[in-house]
Amino acid sequence: MAGFNYIPHTDADVRAMLERIGVRQVEDLYADVPKEFIKKEPYDLPDAMSEGEVREWFESLSGMNAKMKVFVGAGAYDHYTPAVIPYITSRSEFLTAYTPYQCEISQGTLRYIFEFQSMVCELTGMDISNASLYDGPTAAAEAMKMSVACTKKKTRVLLSKGLLPNVIAVVETYARFHGVEIGYVPVMNGQTCPNCLKAELAKGDVAGVIVPEINRYGIIEDHSGFAETIHGAKALLVEYCDPSALAVVKTPAEWGADIAVGDGQSLGIPLCYGGPYVGFMAVKKDYMRKMPGRIVGQTSDKEGRRAYVLTLQAREQHIKREKATSNICSNESLMALWVTVYLSLMGPEGLREVNRLSYDGAHYLHDQLMATGRFTEVFPGKPFLKEFVLQPKEAAGLLQDRLEKAGFFAALETEEGYVSFCVTEKRTRAEIDELVKIVKEG
Amino acid sequence: MKYYDKLIFELSQKGRVGYSLPVNRFPSAPELPEELRRGTSPELPEVSEVDVVRHYTNLSQMNFGVDTGFYPLGSCTMKYNPKINEEVAALPGFNGLHPLMPAGLVKGALKVYQEMDKALSAITGMAAFTFAPCAGAHGELTGLMIMRQYHMNRGDLKRTKVIVPDSAHGTNPASAAVCGLEVVEVKSLENGRINVEALQALLDDTVAGIMMTNPNTLGLFETQIKEIAERVHAVGGLLYYDGANMNPLMGVVRPGDMGFDIMHLNLHKTFSTPHGGGGPGSGPVGVAAHLVDCLPKIQVSGFHGNFGVILRAYAYILMLGKQNLKKVGQYSVLSANYIKECLKDAYKLPIEGVCKHEFVFDGLVNDGGHDDVHGATTLDVAKRLLDFGFHAPTIYFPLLFHQALMIEPTETESKETIDAFIDVMHKIAAEAAEDPAILQNAPHNAPISRPDETQAARNPILKYKDAR
Repeated sequence: MAGFNYIPHTDADVRAMLERIGVRQVEDLYADVPKEFIKKEPYDLPDAMSEGEVREWFESLSGMNAKMKVFVGAGAYDHYTPAVIPYITSRSEFLTAYTPYQCEISQGTLRYIFEFQSMVCELTGMDISNASLYDGPTAAAEAMKMSVACTKKKTRVLLSKGLLPNVIAVVETYARFHGVEIGYVPVMNGQTCPNCLKAELAKGDVAGVIVPEINRYGIIEDHSGFAETIHGAKALLVEYCDPSALAVVKTPAEWGADIAVGDGQSLGIPLCYGGPYVGFMAVKKDYMRKMPGRIVGQTSDKEGRRAYVLTLQAREQHIKREKATSNICSNESLMALWVTVYLSLMGPEGLREVNRLSYDGAHYLHDQLMATGRFTEVFPGKPFLKEFVLQPKEAAGLLQDRLEKAGFFAALETEEGYVSFCVTEKRTRAEIDELVKIVKEG
Repeated sequence: MKYYDKLIFELSQKGRVGYSLPVNRFPSAPELPEELRRGTSPELPEVSEVDVVRHYTNLSQMNFGVDTGFYPLGSCTMKYNPKINEEVAALPGFNGLHPLMPAGLVKGALKVYQEMDKALSAITGMAAFTFAPCAGAHGELTGLMIMRQYHMNRGDLKRTKVIVPDSAHGTNPASAAVCGLEVVEVKSLENGRINVEALQALLDDTVAGIMMTNPNTLGLFETQIKEIAERVHAVGGLLYYDGANMNPLMGVVRPGDMGFDIMHLNLHKTFSTPHGGGGPGSGPVGVAAHLVDCLPKIQVSGFHGNFGVILRAYAYILMLGKQNLKKVGQYSVLSANYIKECLKDAYKLPIEGVCKHEFVFDGLVNDGGHDDVHGATTLDVAKRLLDFGFHAPTIYFPLLFHQALMIEPTETESKETIDAFIDVMHKIAAEAAEDPAILQNAPHNAPISRPDETQAARNPILKYKDAR
């Protein structure tokens, strides 16, 4: 039998082990499996490749993808990744570690999760963060379930139509199977409509309301009065936020939120065709024991040294089984490390600068596009950060094709037929000028 | 491993920076309205780049990983994580793809999904896979949604129960509850297998399906799987396969051939992608041909699942190819049986016979307890192992035994490593018999000793500011 680099067993090892077990051949170890289930025909798989062949194959696959200048956001933002991050996250002590159940040899993981939780609380202004969730949309779904669990016997959750389409879709999926009815609050004049919210709450039975701090049109929403209205109906306010933007825009805590959720991808995680990203959730203290997911806490060891452990585990599936606050069993630990290293490098000043660059660049693009005369405003004068929508005077598809041929992924079409643009600090003035020129040439 | 006591916040000095950003060449846009701006600055650390690198390097040195040593961790399949996987997943041609790019711009990425769909279907005997779930538990939930959707599509609305064996992973009943299903537990027999008669008594037209692992969490093959499948199908229920224990079946047995209708795989277990200290994982869900229609109606994550993890698993499958697939299953089983036979003199083996990729001991044969001396527990054995450079096995699971120690070596450990582990386990058993306190005070040379978990839960300090 030819050797294989991931399996160390030599023929002599196999013989010695079989002898110790007391069977003649490896097949005998499957003697309890009914014969009809032992697969006899060869598997329909490709031939094994050498490592060099694998590298070449992946290079050819990656070459089949287009290299584009990204001017689209919609839940995945092309922010800069400092060189330090992949260097740290690829350290095998972090990368190849298991979940930190054996805390004595997992203090590295536990400490960075504690730092992650602290940073999420700083950004959101909330009291308590968990160790992370899968992504932003599933974090919103967990918040939907949690609202229902916190407000006994209520079965409706309201979603703003201003939430990203994929957030709405995932929450709807979870709700459908969890027995929660979803109601909707429309967007009027570019913002989740406060009067419609009141009308929906008046129908009763609402456990929670999920609204976007920055909506699918890129507009920073004004949530003045939302918390009072929603708490008046004994429901929870859930703010869905972009954590990068939280360096400059009002925090969920400042809006009076009970739960803050979102996706940490905007904190320097590469686009990577949609994942892995990292969801987060932070809550008011009152809801600590209803929160899903892992939580790390500080304590001390027998010698009195500072130590970190997974704590409040009585909420979790491995203890509570079907009565747990969630079925979630892992987090996105390595991506939480990614975000923690990013925030350490950026600090408050760097994160503000990222926003300033994105904000100025986006407004420059917006004004230049309007100056072409090929668009009309959809929400004139509404405040936006790095993303905005316009109504094109030509078919969106034609515009996209022209941009695509020049290497731009831009002008994503919304369901209303608007086109959206997003600018991060990675986009240069030269790129923007070129994009505008192509728009004009059509 | 050495103790290092800093938090990044404690290195902060006002005015220090760790970032490098381009000069702002845009005209200054008017400020945001005051009422939309945050009131106070977030107190993030202000540190230099070298501070960050040293801090996290020091933290990493308090961590144990697969590259550090052996993880005999039952039900977790902590196999070696090949390095070529990391290299190909970091290629800029994949990393820079926006998830909403149209098909024409992402042909390479779509090819990865198509090839993975084909490969996983070939390995498992399923018809098609969805790659949206981000972890095993997420896959379970998705699979159960598909199960319910199937019944709903047929107008069969009374199927609200799901049967789960008492030996199941905790995520099984939790996923069922999140999916709005009522959990009904079926007891195991003395020999660790599902009690088919007890199962029969639970079967009627309100059963949506059954969730099973095979081999089960005791590492035992459910020999009556054919009969179980026939009986569940006879009342219109479906069979769900929890892929956490797929490793021993690789290249030998396919869940689809045993009658399973829906399953998930843990790419971070069976397909060699790193656990990352608790994620990111990937839990693709496969379905049999009659359930393929149910897949598109269910969106469980933001975009296309954890693409970066799927790339790594694909590289692993290409390295395995049809030639090496069977070695994975066979040698994981060989190594587990070898350890079991070598250690059953010192640790109680509750169920004799051949196991698959893992097995469970029920504590020490001689725990050193007598009159006024407490014996060493499974927890103590686990903690003592850390002193010898091994990770602990899975402990106190499954719940069928009080002192469960669940051991899974995987196929990537050499006989020398396994023999060293066996020697240490014998040494620990001898220590327990002589002086259990050695175990009870372990670990002795980890970065910290056992922490006070009660204090952590009673007086929660969950962020830096709570501690100050």
